[in-house]
Amino acid sequence: MANLELRQVGKWYGNYEAIKSVDLSIADREFVVFVGPSGCGKTTLLRMIAGLEEITSGDLLIDGVHANAVPPDKRGLAMVFQSYALYPHMTVAQNMGFALKMAGMPRAEIDAKVGEAARVLQLEPVLGRKPRMLSGGQRQRVAIGRAIVRNPKGFLFDEPLSNLDAALRVQMRIELVKLHQALAATMIYVTHDQIEAMTMADRIVVLNRGIVEQVGTPLNLYHRPANLFVAGFIGSPKMNFFPGRVQRADASQVVLALAGGETFIVPGPESPPAVGTELTLGVRPEHFEMAAQGPLAGTVDVVEHLGVETLVYVRLASGAIVIVRTDDLSRVRVGENVSLALRAGRASLFDSSGAALFHAMPE
Amino acid sequence: MDQDKASPLGTAAAWIVAFLMFFPILWMTVTAFKTETQAIAIPPIVFFRPGMESFAHATAQAGYMLFAENSIIVSFASTLLALLIAFPAAYAMAFQPGKHTQNLLVWMLSTKMLPPVGVLVPIYLICRDLGLLDTRTALIVIDMLMNLPIVVWMLYSFFRDIPRDILEAARMDGVGPRKQMIYLLLPLASPGIVSAALLAIILAWNEAFWSINLTAAHAGTLATFIARYSAPEGLFWAKLSAASVLAVAPILVFGSFAQRRLVRGLTVGAVK
Ligand SMILES: Nc1ncnc2c1ncn2[C@@H]1O[C@H](COP(=O)(O)OP(=O)(O)O)[C@@H](O)[C@H]1O
Ligand SMILES: [Mg+2]
Repeated sequence: MANLELRQVGKWYGNYEAIKSVDLSIADREFVVFVGPSGCGKTTLLRMIAGLEEITSGDLLIDGVHANAVPPDKRGLAMVFQSYALYPHMTVAQNMGFALKMAGMPRAEIDAKVGEAARVLQLEPVLGRKPRMLSGGQRQRVAIGRAIVRNPKGFLFDEPLSNLDAALRVQMRIELVKLHQALAATMIYVTHDQIEAMTMADRIVVLNRGIVEQVGTPLNLYHRPANLFVAGFIGSPKMNFFPGRVQRADASQVVLALAGGETFIVPGPESPPAVGTELTLGVRPEHFEMAAQGPLAGTVDVVEHLGVETLVYVRLASGAIVIVRTDDLSRVRVGENVSLALRAGRASLFDSSGAALFHAMPE
Repeated sequence: MDQDKASPLGTAAAWIVAFLMFFPILWMTVTAFKTETQAIAIPPIVFFRPGMESFAHATAQAGYMLFAENSIIVSFASTLLALLIAFPAAYAMAFQPGKHTQNLLVWMLSTKMLPPVGVLVPIYLICRDLGLLDTRTALIVIDMLMNLPIVVWMLYSFFRDIPRDILEAARMDGVGPRKQMIYLLLPLASPGIVSAALLAIILAWNEAFWSINLTAAHAGTLATFIARYSAPEGLFWAKLSAASVLAVAPILVFGSFAQRRLVRGLTVGAVK
């Protein structure tokens, strides 16, 4: 059991405000991912939850109990550090059993717990080794094992996979998700990698400059980003943005005059914006298609064949680059002139403050 | 490039400088094996039959053993005390630094700039009033205080090299500061602790000012031994040289064993 609640939590380092009034509740057994660019405050927020960093303002509740002043080891949370933070002079078994030994647990009981964790994490063959004799993936597992043996209510991970190579990262991602299911514990996972966030999270918290930009399920964030920042951060390659102005609007469509001179029609707004409003149009790369006729026209700049799909970089007359995602059989060539049209009427509109006005999603 | 290759001229110059610096010690050692007549002969005698008479005199009649014992006890005890005090101090400074930690460190080191003679009278009076004149206790405490800033600095820089994450992981594991020091810092910083200890022992061994001024026949160290010897026997070069060799030899042997360790300890943090 561990549900967490953050109420207007803030953090000041001297006169620098690293976290600005975060409100968040995390349900028991939820897998929550904090994602955001480097320096946005993810680690700070996680460390405040862990108890390693003082909470400057606001309240943290763990299982309904006010926990601001509870020392880290009494919060029932275990943390896995980005650097793994293994004790270099101890063997794997000693690393995993250290907390239990310090707590005065009998030897036999420690051995049993360490053995069980080692079995789950496939660390049995290396129990007698020192950390420096392990591979990156094994070190990572030891760090997780050290957390598991304490039987915590919740796990905190700070970019645990960022030191691993790409293949291992994908594998550990899957193992962590399985572990979450097996342990039935609350997990908070910090990453700057939106793909990790999308693939692992029950819910994603997008942070930017110490502010929570949006909280939601991965698909919710992808389809209904609350603002320009989330729209640009979630999804790879990035959503294409076009500044423009409303020319005409009614309940069935908005007609936009883009800054490059093109006219663009977005179907079906919920409440039509006023004529003349400055807007930003957002279209994901896969929501464009190359058509004989379309509102945007340009020249193919670069073609990237990724196997499954093809990314086409189209340079518009205005000089802006638009990324289009097409299928693997795309035959476009560099230098070709192409027209782009919306696929299935999908597009998003953001007002001048960056907040989402409307996501066109027919059906 | 070119800089990697030493020029023959530079090499020769380095050897000459090294020889000039080493020459007094060499000459002292050579003189110690001469007779008194050979020692004062002019021009100096280079080839002679080495004898041990001067050493015999220094050890038997001048009470070398007592001074050597004092030197060993004072240098080791003061070092141990300094380590015991510096360890928690360096821990606090490295892992729970406050606003003024850096200033405090610099201030501590700046006390080393003070000329010792400036505080000779007060310290002498304190020792006299406490009945500590000519006792090892006084020397142990003074040497400890003298070395404390350096030991704190060295331990501090070694602790700074230990990743903070490791101690934070321990904190999450419910391991308090005392257990962190015993189970994590002590083993992880042991090379640094050894370096600091070696340096403190050598500095305490070589310390002459306080031992000459505060001790006499009972608690004198080898530095006092030479100083006292040079007065009555000042004209006997061979005996004085033998006494000096006896005073310097132990720490030279000790130092050469410790050398590698010391260089590593003193340059830690400088290169990453
Ligand atoms: N101990 C500290 N003292 C001062 N500023 C800090 C400290 N720790 C972090 N910061 C600042 O707070 C901001 C957020 O840092 P952090 O939480 O580490 O970001 P993230 O983990 O998202 O990359 C950064 O601008 C960082 O420079
Ligand atoms: Mg971070």
